[in-house]
Amino acid sequence: MDAILLQILNGLDKGSAYALIALGLTLIFGTLGVVNFAHGALFMLGSFCAVTLSKILVISKVTIDPEKVDFLGNPLKVKTPYVMEWFGESAGSTIIDWSVPLAILFAIPVMLLVGYIMERGLIKHFYKRPHADQILVTFGLAIVIQEIVKAAFGANPIPTPAPDVFRGSYDFGVLIGMEANAVIYPFWRLIYFGFSATIIAAVFAFLQFTTFGMVVRAGMADRETVGLLGINIDKRFTFMFGIAAAVAGLAGVMYTPINSPNYHMGMDFLVLSFVVVVVGGMGSLPGAVLAGFLLGILESFASMNEVKGFFEALYLPSIDQIIIYLVAIIVLLTRPRGLMGRAGVMED
Amino acid sequence: MNTLSKSDKMTFFIVAAISLLAPFILNPFPEGSAMAQFNAGYPDLMQRFAIFGILAIGFNILFGLTGYLSFGHAAFLGVGSYSAVWMFKLLSMNIIPGLILAVIIAGLFSLLIGFVSLRRSGIYFSILTLAFAQMSFSLAYSVLTPITNGETGLQLTLDDPRILDGANTTGNLPVTGLFGLEMRDTFSLDIGAWAFQFNIGYYVCAAFLLLSFYISIRIFRSPFGLMLRAIKTNQTRLNYTGLNSRPYTLAAFVISGMYAGLAGGLMASMDPLAGAERMQWTASGEIVLMTILGGTGTLLGPVLGAGFIKYFENIFSKINDTVLHTWFSFMPDGLENAIVWVLHFFVGKGWHLTLGLLFMMIVIFLPGGLMEGAERIIKRFRAKKGGDSDTTPDTATKPAE
Repeated sequence: MDAILLQILNGLDKGSAYALIALGLTLIFGTLGVVNFAHGALFMLGSFCAVTLSKILVISKVTIDPEKVDFLGNPLKVKTPYVMEWFGESAGSTIIDWSVPLAILFAIPVMLLVGYIMERGLIKHFYKRPHADQILVTFGLAIVIQEIVKAAFGANPIPTPAPDVFRGSYDFGVLIGMEANAVIYPFWRLIYFGFSATIIAAVFAFLQFTTFGMVVRAGMADRETVGLLGINIDKRFTFMFGIAAAVAGLAGVMYTPINSPNYHMGMDFLVLSFVVVVVGGMGSLPGAVLAGFLLGILESFASMNEVKGFFEALYLPSIDQIIIYLVAIIVLLTRPRGLMGRAGVMED
Repeated sequence: MNTLSKSDKMTFFIVAAISLLAPFILNPFPEGSAMAQFNAGYPDLMQRFAIFGILAIGFNILFGLTGYLSFGHAAFLGVGSYSAVWMFKLLSMNIIPGLILAVIIAGLFSLLIGFVSLRRSGIYFSILTLAFAQMSFSLAYSVLTPITNGETGLQLTLDDPRILDGANTTGNLPVTGLFGLEMRDTFSLDIGAWAFQFNIGYYVCAAFLLLSFYISIRIFRSPFGLMLRAIKTNQTRLNYTGLNSRPYTLAAFVISGMYAGLAGGLMASMDPLAGAERMQWTASGEIVLMTILGGTGTLLGPVLGAGFIKYFENIFSKINDTVLHTWFSFMPDGLENAIVWVLHFFVGKGWHLTLGLLFMMIVIFLPGGLMEGAERIIKRFRAKKGGDSDTTPDTATKPAE
């Protein structure tokens, strides 16, 4: 029982990332009808927002401290981050420690802007072009973003830790009445799950309960009619693109402590998120979220030692690396529209 | 009935002539001169031209004719490589059994993947092939380590059985060959300051390139090719006329998968090792780029595109900061450093950035690729001469749907 619970929890953090990226992909696809191969790059950019902020925060003023000398008697150079100088020692170090959560505030405007520029500058010109061209141009853009990040930050992963308070693990089992130390789970992963659940809820609430969201949903259903009613739907769709970019970016920001950002993480996640979208059903927002969590949890179950042992006993290789693809094949063969796909979406 | 049209014959002979004379054509600058770094006439690069040419021709049969954009073709390339290396390990260092197995296995593999992916078209299809390619990569990289040797890649060893070859007593790793001709054998012809290299491996690749090109012409001109074009133009209408288009698309998919298998087999024949990185999505993207850059749906385009990309990849990655500094040394120091600093991001290790930008530029401004560009230039040239350009039929390839 506790092993199963642990695997479900393990699957949740990866599943959350899949769900957030897939949600953004579906939003863009549902509104603008474009498959964004650069969406993984946006996720990666979000991660690097966190890296950038944590680097900015430790920019230091170099002063010569006359009281401290090294063993040759020369005065030592002391680095004090500007943040510490401005806000005092303890407040400053807290800010530096909390750089990842703070990066959320930093990433939202940055990602909205990136999304806006991407849509207005590039993708706008591709609405009338064939789907293949849209795929190709966003694919090219993904390569360019990836290479720019590689040139700026290097090819190695950059560890960016979570705040000290959250660095430990939490005895999750006690909370639901199990004995101590049965289910121990890192704090940050729980927070990641809570965070993504909040974001997903916020996006759904925004679409469901605001006038803006209502218009966007109407536009997704029938763009022309909404346009005929005198509403500038393009403007709203551009904003939705920005939101989708911000969602991917935030997923990336919060993922940095779990997985040190490197320049190719975007593409790794993108391919799996595409599978998630296909399994969930193209164009279905709840489908994307559901499939994201489901596949994340499935993946973590497949990596259990018991499951691996089972396959070994049958002389089969372990399937934890490819379970997602296998599920996708089965879903596609049995339900070609995905779990929650509607008729008429992407039927060609 | 069984002959090619005149213009097709011309195209074929041009390609044949270029590939036979490649060691001369690609080596225009004398040895040791400042321009020698732009030479491309050495065996390794020429082999790559031919191999990637085959790959792009095959991809074009699928994408150019049917409009199905596959993002997973590198998987077939990798499968071909692995099967060829296994043949070298088990049977013989002769490349023929290796190539045959490579084509067969890649064909079967593409039949399997095609059967599932072709249930959907358009974007779905691209995503599915991409996912399958990533799955094949994971399979090769970790899951199927006993067959693929995982991260290290599949290599030849001294104690491989090699049933047909007899015992290996030399103590060295055997080399791939074709009935006694060793692939790495190179005959060098020195004329003045030039050194032209004729490599057996290259000519084997070129022979296969010509064969592939010929088959591709036949497919383009056949009723089967027409059917594929009909699928690209309007699949719905085709279905309404009572035709089931899936067998045709599946056939095209398998054929192009077999081409990729052949290319993978040749790659392994030239350098007998196979690694999982050959199957990564970047490799698939490169294949797409070659075809698009050259001109989708044209006969000559893919070969041109493959040559173009491989040539510039080779040249660009060789340029480093020192080379740049010597080029711009005539400028004032500050300006020189500024220019070198900017260019430094695009050359050497930054080649992929250039590649990505090029990719975007081509898709945005020249969807028909180099062939369309050439056509436009010719048209403008004719119009300037006073000839009425309106009568030239508009053969510009339309981007695939």
